[in-house]
Amino acid sequence: MADVPSLTVAAGPPVTLRASGAWTVSHVEALERLFERIRPELAEPAHLRIDLSAVSAIDTTGAWLLEKIRRTRAGAGGEAREPELIGLAPSMADLVRHVQTLNRRTPAAEPRQNFILRQLDRLGVATLAVKDEAAVFVGILGAVAAALFRVLRKPASFRMTSTVYQLSRVGWQAIPIMMLITFLIGAIIAQQGIFHFRRFGADAYVVDMVGILVLREIGVLIVAIMVAGRSGSAYTAEIGSMKMREEIDALSTMGLDPVEVLIVPRVVALIIALPILAFLGALAALYGGGLMAWLYGGMSPAIFIARLHEAVSVTHFQVGIIKAPFMALVIGLIAAAEGLRVRGSAESLGRQTTSSVVKSIFLVIVLDGVFAIFFASIGM
Amino acid sequence: MAATDDCAIRVRDLVVGFGRRTVLDRLSLDVRRGEIIGLVGASGGGKSVLMRAIIGLLPIRGGSIEVEAAGEHGDIGRWGILFQQGALFSSLNARQNIQFPLRESARVSQDLMDEIAAAKLEMVGLAPEDGGKFPSELSGGMTKRVALARALALDPAILFLDEPTSGLDPIAAGEFDSLIRILQRTLGLTVFMVTHDLGSLTAICDRVAALADGRIVALGTMDEVRTSDHPWVRAYFHGKRARMLRPDSGEST
Repeated sequence: MADVPSLTVAAGPPVTLRASGAWTVSHVEALERLFERIRPELAEPAHLRIDLSAVSAIDTTGAWLLEKIRRTRAGAGGEAREPELIGLAPSMADLVRHVQTLNRRTPAAEPRQNFILRQLDRLGVATLAVKDEAAVFVGILGAVAAALFRVLRKPASFRMTSTVYQLSRVGWQAIPIMMLITFLIGAIIAQQGIFHFRRFGADAYVVDMVGILVLREIGVLIVAIMVAGRSGSAYTAEIGSMKMREEIDALSTMGLDPVEVLIVPRVVALIIALPILAFLGALAALYGGGLMAWLYGGMSPAIFIARLHEAVSVTHFQVGIIKAPFMALVIGLIAAAEGLRVRGSAESLGRQTTSSVVKSIFLVIVLDGVFAIFFASIGM
Repeated sequence: MAATDDCAIRVRDLVVGFGRRTVLDRLSLDVRRGEIIGLVGASGGGKSVLMRAIIGLLPIRGGSIEVEAAGEHGDIGRWGILFQQGALFSSLNARQNIQFPLRESARVSQDLMDEIAAAKLEMVGLAPEDGGKFPSELSGGMTKRVALARALALDPAILFLDEPTSGLDPIAAGEFDSLIRILQRTLGLTVFMVTHDLGSLTAICDRVAALADGRIVALGTMDEVRTSDHPWVRAYFHGKRARMLRPDSGEST
């Protein structure tokens, strides 16, 4: 690039700094190097002036560096030592003079905290936040329950269209991917079972394992985790962006309850969809298991079905499917609560969406464990 | 992409459309170097489309757009753009937003960058302390100011402003107008401004261009445009709102 800025020292007295070239932002790297080079020489001479007659262009950045040279010089001994500017073209004078007025006030220094203290502080804040989050969760649970109660007393206020639309999104449209995943999981479990059970000559028991595992645990768990990732995140993002754009406030001012309008249809849709998806998922997983037993284990479909009859009872299916609506409720509530916690920025939307997925998967697994204990103690 | 003589921007027979709809139909416009030009037009009439086409954000169907190359300034910092909503990066604070273009184009020490950002903040009338605030913590007027400071970060030759005073109260809008005027004078900018604010048009625009039916139907100083025969332009400048602003005094807001 032509017109590279330069700064040469001409011996005095008075000592003159001859500036030339384009003092513009495109040459800012060169300008900064010039400043660093000239800095040690600024304190020395008793009299200093800066000759700008060869400067071809100047902008704010260039003017600021010029000003920085002047201030560095003046810093050594007050205003009297501020170097005189000569040869300044009239077209540039306005800008240079304007920049001289800037940055005169040093901002109040931000207090810096000790590193360990800061970490401890963060830990404490995060710990206390758990309490708030639990309160938010319980709050939204209560709000949804209250809204549902109002709907029960006045069924006309239920948002059927919205619920059906959400049901189509989180239920109907999710069927292919849910069935594909559970099919693969069923096939993998069966394949592993056959592979290891064969050593004991117990391949036949793979049917028991696949049947019980899929119906009781894996089917519903995989589907719930998938739903949390697929639909829970979408709920959080939708509600969060509505919150960002004040749509939720707009709803409230129209006398409508955002929980009733936005959250209840979504949660209800999820509660209806998840058991259906879990059922279809279990079917797909058993189908995958049976296919694998046939192709890999040499067990004919007729035998697989006969053994499955013996191995599983309707209790196993009940244990699995009872959990589904509760998991749906947890996913829906977490998604809504996180969505409502979104603040102004896009970053916050991303953070809450992540946190929604992480929390709902965590709680789904915890819930599954609680149910396992419960069913074991009642002998199911 | 180099316009000659006095023109900073030269648009010739520009056609822009979406689907079957043609928004700009063989539009021609010259923007002189160093002037503030205000573009007016009906809502949805293609003002923002014209600006976005000039910036290169929209594909054009026909015609040509020439924008003054940076010349001796090199390739960076040819233009600065103030988007209608500010378009500040929400994950960066005000200071980092202003430093962003500089950081991306040059390797400069953090100290110098902080000083430049502080200088720009002060130029747009904000305090250095505001630099630490995130976009979500800024009011509407402050957002516009920070966005303007970011647009000015690389000392552009041309400044595009999309409704700079919309959403500001008249006092803030007036301050913003004079700020743009001062910056334009000090930095020698060419300013292309899309606006609805009759106050801004009267107070700071050297020339006004009126966009209607996909073309520029009137172009000239405020007084010249006001005398145009085009029905839309007449309605715009002689409507109730315009009369309330005492158009003949030449001073408003």
